[in-house]
Amino acid sequence: MKLAEDQAKAVLSKAGIAIPAGIVVNTPQAAAQAAIEVGPRVAVKALVRSGGRGKQGGVLVVDGPEQASHAAGQILGLKLGDEIVTSVLVEQAVDIGAEHYLSVTIDPSSGRPMIMRSEQGGMEVEAMTDQIESIIIEPGDLTEQDVELSEIEATLLTAFSDLDALLIEINPLVHTTGGEVIAVDAKIELDDSAAYRHQQLHASIGTQQAGGTERERQAAEIGLRLIELDGDIAVLANGAGLTMATMDAIVAVGGAPANFLEIGGDAYTKATPALELVLSQPGIRSLLVNFCGAFARCDVMTAGVIEAWKTLKPDIPVVFSISGTGMDQANEMVRTELGIEPHPTMADAVVAVVQARTARSES
Amino acid sequence: MIVNRSHQVLVHGITGRQGTFWTEQMQAYGTTIVGGVNPKKAGSTHCGVPVFASAVEAAGSLPAGIDVSVLFVPPQGALAAIEDAVAAQARLVVVLTEFIPVHDTMAAVHAANTAGSTIIGPNTAGVVTPGQAFVGFMPAFDPRIFTPGNIGVISRSGSLGTLACLELTRAGFGQSAFLGIGGDPVSGTTTADAFTALDDDDATEAVVLIGEIGGRKEEDAAEVIGRSAKPVVSFLAGRVSPPGKRMGHAGAIVDGATGTYESKRSSLEAVGVTVVDVPWDIPSALKAVTG
Repeated sequence: MKLAEDQAKAVLSKAGIAIPAGIVVNTPQAAAQAAIEVGPRVAVKALVRSGGRGKQGGVLVVDGPEQASHAAGQILGLKLGDEIVTSVLVEQAVDIGAEHYLSVTIDPSSGRPMIMRSEQGGMEVEAMTDQIESIIIEPGDLTEQDVELSEIEATLLTAFSDLDALLIEINPLVHTTGGEVIAVDAKIELDDSAAYRHQQLHASIGTQQAGGTERERQAAEIGLRLIELDGDIAVLANGAGLTMATMDAIVAVGGAPANFLEIGGDAYTKATPALELVLSQPGIRSLLVNFCGAFARCDVMTAGVIEAWKTLKPDIPVVFSISGTGMDQANEMVRTELGIEPHPTMADAVVAVVQARTARSES
Repeated sequence: MIVNRSHQVLVHGITGRQGTFWTEQMQAYGTTIVGGVNPKKAGSTHCGVPVFASAVEAAGSLPAGIDVSVLFVPPQGALAAIEDAVAAQARLVVVLTEFIPVHDTMAAVHAANTAGSTIIGPNTAGVVTPGQAFVGFMPAFDPRIFTPGNIGVISRSGSLGTLACLELTRAGFGQSAFLGIGGDPVSGTTTADAFTALDDDDATEAVVLIGEIGGRKEEDAAEVIGRSAKPVVSFLAGRVSPPGKRMGHAGAIVDGATGTYESKRSSLEAVGVTVVDVPWDIPSALKAVTG
């Protein structure tokens, strides 16, 4: 779960890292009032999760309540990335002496926490990879690392572990002309799998920022992972790897998948709601069901598909390829209950579903 | 990490529904299950084997100790169960559990490394040595999918790994071992570690590597593959997946420049790996490289 800037800063502040005084508002009038309280010089910042908002006019530094109100009026309603700005953070402007970069994440190679730091901050991190120093943190005492860590780095690492975070990024970390060290922007991503250990924090963050389309959110609510795509072939498979491979294969033979939706793992009993979701997507012209059961039993998944298919009676061709745990019962169910012959291989099924779609669009 | 019939296997969470179902499957296949763990049912017998309060207790009571511990436990209990298995000196701990907090996984991997144990997973479907034994929840018992042979298979995904073995068997290639390393971003056994195990295995003549977008496992594996003489064929899932979206597995995400399909494919091709575009092309590519 990604935190909004104000939420991330509240978390950092609690961990002992200084942040600018700030107030979240959603009207120009309230922005003016906020500037009186924390200003007069303030930064008015769009509260969105996508990066690069500064370049798109999402951050304005202004002087006094009148200008703050005007700035908020300009920023509220902007579309930045996929998000419409509905609230802004009005924050005390700081006197910048130097802007640095500091983050903690998990190094994908070693699987250990990794500090990334740079004397140069304030710009997009992608633009500054050459100047970043990466320090992999060895298990054990933070004071006994190969590289000496600053106080704020040690604080950040402790917070990273205490919060079950996947990422804490401060960019810029400002050294003010007065000698203070302040986190002027902050990004935090928490591990959803550890939410049970941080119920209060996760509850206070709420679900307001859950991104994605309406259907993707509906899927998430019932524990399914759906991503809508631009194509017209609906895909239902089990396991992330097989589902991605099914999408790749459809494209490789000239088709276009309409979605990523997998019902592997513990979700293998949810075939009925899964199918209802994908078939409700507009523009679907065929369906490919590709199961290769290991833990997920094909007979259970297929029974769910058949139930949904009989209820919805969609007027599109459906193609099956089923192998793995429970495959014999599953294939027999498709034959007897739907009168459809499953394809013996994934290759046959993928080619058939792309052809079925083409045949329909030509007729 | 290649299991065989002589390995003494302990099932953590044996009395649960899935633990029971898959223990019976493993036993029927020939895996030597020597006991189970459930603190609440210690002293009883389940699936014909004794249930212990902990792996440490099991290792102390069983004459041959334990070699492998497999976890059918929920994420909240996984770290403690792994620490228990490591303390019981299990050489291999197969962690099937999905959604373990990543900070717990980091702690578990450190504990295992310190004690000289190997974790496979988390979020793996397990390991299969066709004709010998399997540990986890793979359809090893279906001879249309798994059959003995000399191809080693590595996969981050259980379902796609199953498909790869099915395609191999259909084309007449049996497998020396299937190693499911799991879909999480932090794993006890990396792709490079799994490849090294197959490279050292005399029964393995060639390797099929099933990778996917996200992380650096395939790029890191390319370094060890480059030093080996064994031929490798790979399929990488996620070529058309949109960047910035988590594709199911916590590990499968393209974030910025990290973990892209192109990066993985070019790293593997640079060390002589044949990368195929669709899973059903694996056997023909394998025929070409094994001659």
